[in-house]
Amino acid sequence: MPVVFADVPWAVILILLPLAAGMGCFLWPRIARTLASLTIIMIALSVMGLAWQLLESGVYRHTVGGWNAPLGIELYADGLSLFMLAATALVGCGISVYSTAYFKHEDAVRFWPLWLLLLGALNALFLAADIFNLYVTLELMGLAAVVLAALPGNKHALGGAMRYLLAALLGSLAYLLGVALLYHGYGSVDIATLAERVESSPLIWAALGLIAAGLMLKTALFPLHFWLPPAHGNAPAPVSALLSALIVKASFYILLRLWLEIFAPVVDDSIATLLGLLGAAAILWGSVQALRQTRLKLLIAYSTVAQIGYLFLAFPLAIGTGVTAWSAVAYLVLSHALAKSAMFLAAGNLLRFGGHDRIADLDRVVQRLPLTVMAFTLAGVSIMGLPPSGGFIGKWLLLEAALTQGRWDLAAVMILGGMLAAGYIFKVLGHAFTQAPVTHEATVVPASMEWAALLLGLAAILLCFLAVPLLTLLGIGNPFGISELSP
Amino acid sequence: MSWDEWMPLLLLVSSLLPGLLIFFLAEERVRLRTALNMAAALVKLVLVCWMLWGVYHGHDYETRLMLLPELELVLRAGPLALFFVTLSAILWLVTTVYAIGYLEGAPHRSRFFGFFSLCVTATVGVALAGNLITFLLFYELLTLSTYPLIVHRGTEAARRAGQSYLAYTLFGGALLLLGTVWLYTLTGTLEFTPKGFVSTLAETDHPVLIIIFILMIAGLGVKAALVPLHGWLPQAMVAPAPVSALLHAVAVVKAGAFGIIRVVYEVFGVEFSAVLGVAGPLAALAAFTIIYGSLRALFQDDLKRRLAFSTVSQVSYITLGIAIAGPIAAIGGVVHLVHQGVMKITLFFCAGNLAETLGIHKVSEMNGVGRRMPWTMAAFTIGAFGMIGAPPIAGFVSKWYLGLGALEVGQDWVLLVLAGSSLLNAAYFLPILHRAWFCKPLGTWPNEHNFGDKETAWSLLLPPLLTAALALAAGLLALLPFSPLAWAKLIAVREFYQP
Repeated sequence: MPVVFADVPWAVILILLPLAAGMGCFLWPRIARTLASLTIIMIALSVMGLAWQLLESGVYRHTVGGWNAPLGIELYADGLSLFMLAATALVGCGISVYSTAYFKHEDAVRFWPLWLLLLGALNALFLAADIFNLYVTLELMGLAAVVLAALPGNKHALGGAMRYLLAALLGSLAYLLGVALLYHGYGSVDIATLAERVESSPLIWAALGLIAAGLMLKTALFPLHFWLPPAHGNAPAPVSALLSALIVKASFYILLRLWLEIFAPVVDDSIATLLGLLGAAAILWGSVQALRQTRLKLLIAYSTVAQIGYLFLAFPLAIGTGVTAWSAVAYLVLSHALAKSAMFLAAGNLLRFGGHDRIADLDRVVQRLPLTVMAFTLAGVSIMGLPPSGGFIGKWLLLEAALTQGRWDLAAVMILGGMLAAGYIFKVLGHAFTQAPVTHEATVVPASMEWAALLLGLAAILLCFLAVPLLTLLGIGNPFGISELSP
Repeated sequence: MSWDEWMPLLLLVSSLLPGLLIFFLAEERVRLRTALNMAAALVKLVLVCWMLWGVYHGHDYETRLMLLPELELVLRAGPLALFFVTLSAILWLVTTVYAIGYLEGAPHRSRFFGFFSLCVTATVGVALAGNLITFLLFYELLTLSTYPLIVHRGTEAARRAGQSYLAYTLFGGALLLLGTVWLYTLTGTLEFTPKGFVSTLAETDHPVLIIIFILMIAGLGVKAALVPLHGWLPQAMVAPAPVSALLHAVAVVKAGAFGIIRVVYEVFGVEFSAVLGVAGPLAALAAFTIIYGSLRALFQDDLKRRLAFSTVSQVSYITLGIAIAGPIAAIGGVVHLVHQGVMKITLFFCAGNLAETLGIHKVSEMNGVGRRMPWTMAAFTIGAFGMIGAPPIAGFVSKWYLGLGALEVGQDWVLLVLAGSSLLNAAYFLPILHRAWFCKPLGTWPNEHNFGDKETAWSLLLPPLLTAALALAAGLLALLPFSPLAWAKLIAVREFYQP
């Protein structure tokens, strides 16, 4: 039995199943909900299967159709891919449970096929082994995401989605140019082959510039974050959760992967320093903007801008303490994905319950949705980086990396970012405990919507106690090995 | 695998689990909630007694869980940890009884008792923490779980007090985090060790260590209400009386003071602190806080505010005793952790009784209240005399040891501080007693509730009487085994000055 189990091509299932199921949802809208639920359960199981496979036999490679690298499509999975796939599956489960109650009638017909398409694209992206496939999946993911963001069809949503579309297209275009340059210079799109062939040259700098700029735009790194708040703030709650938790992480993943495998060995430290600087600016700018917002969903969206900044702090820190800094990033990606999706789902509940998301008037809704407030709080703890939470573990590792190298500036930014985060989280929570009279009969929020948010928030807390096994999984295939320079 | 490995974790779970269950109880399930609360508090007390006996006979209780590669979550029940745990277990039981009576009929009680249990869990975690990261974890959890209690009343004033509390404590927590990570990058360990673990570092690291010490003490000083970081404490007075009682006696300020003990004695080591030259300034800061708090208390008319400034002053006795850096002063400081807790909780219970029964919030309204509520005021009197340091009440024992300890290491100036503080204590407590016992009532009480022929509800009256008795017993029976003083001596021998 275990032998058969090990031979199942889990990675292929992860890509093909959601795409096929998405097609099914499109053709038979009546069974879309059931089909999608079954699919996401299967996806979660497949990620577990893949994890088991990786633990048993190390890095996973698969050549689709038996065609080898220069011609065929290769799939590749190590600890880092697994981490991203697991984050996708976990958040996907929560969002799917939530969406079964959230979307009704017409909306549901549109939502499920798109979501499954997006899921397939994400999984394919995390498993891709060459930079051209990364482009294809990136584009696929971006288009599905834009349509999802436009789902409500009102003026704000369409405006936000349009900006998002333009930013996404521009980002992928820049990336594609970079890919073309690399292919022209080194005759391959396979990451492993490129890693062997690259040397420091003007071409690699140009390619890095284009690729980094495109991906920074898609990841919404300050100052290229302008498209994010309107798109994330006006999308339906589960879509906001998807966008903030997973989509921006996917483009970050590409940047991280290419940086580790191709660019870091051949470029000097100035790019890393620049990325770190932008990350620090993002933390401060995003947090201050979040503090200034009067609408809850925009506040959460700006918080995403700030949290993305933490991920980029690792680039300069990894110069001296590679594994610690990158582990911190992986942990932050995972815990932010869980926490931020919980937060957006909680915000969706508040929005549905009270009919608005003005923070100052939240007191009328918050009293009566304790589970949702609890979800928001738990997620907030992780976002602030307070123990016990996954965010704390990530922040601890990142601080450790910063202090080991004497990077006081970055450590100070992290501490300050945490304080500002506490400021905007408790700006919202302060209203949870005030007692305003109930002015109108509110809409009932289904229990599954409350529990989906709560469980995601709880997962972000539980990450605090799972660091050792998770970091072991992350280490499979030594994804950060290349950057481990001697101090 | 033995029970000993799980006892500290069990101790945490004994209040965590009921707390989580209570959150999900409907508001009107009063009896079930009360039963859960009381059962949990009793179970915890039994566990504590069991472990006290074990530790006294040299047993070791330790739970270790992996948190990060090379960093563990350590819960260890040593003598010092158990000292604090015992205090919180006893006072939790008493305060729960009090809170049940105090909040009868009030809204959101499930939420209140849920967070109350979480708060105690966090305090016990702070006490049991066997290394700095575990300490930090529970220290922040404590901040988070007390916030809902402070803003419980839901008024605008409560919300502001809550925001101010968070601004102070989260800032403190951030400093502590920074100090902890920095120390970790230098030493590679965070385990609390007798005589500290940093003295082996090279001399070139000493300036860095001084900065880390300052960061940590500032982070802990926020909760311990060291001047100038004490601003949140008087504001937090808007919380319901049981919360104030717990805040001042056990949970928050004590967590800070306890942290200072840990940092001075088991991170830096007291001799090494002297080498670094940081113990002296800390003692001076503590002395300043003692005098400053007392002076401010003198001018407060609001009873709870006066008590709050008194806390600012009294908690610094602990810091002072630790910073003087001698075994006898350390005993005085450590024993004051319990003595101050028992006395201050009595005073806050009494203040709550006055407010609940007669609507009295100000000192100037207290004329003749001794005749209306003799039992409550008797308890208050014991607490107040204890604070002044009159024998044979617990406070006297602390001051005696602090004074002796200071003389032992030749720091005579401490005696002046102690004498000055006692005088000031007398100056702000005796007028209250004078009004209560010897002045004629002003006429009607501000907002009187009728409790038949009793002066107030049983559940409100018993807790202060019990804690007042404890304060008296801790002083009278100080020389018996298992008295706070005897246990503090045990701590000094076994943990601080381990041969």
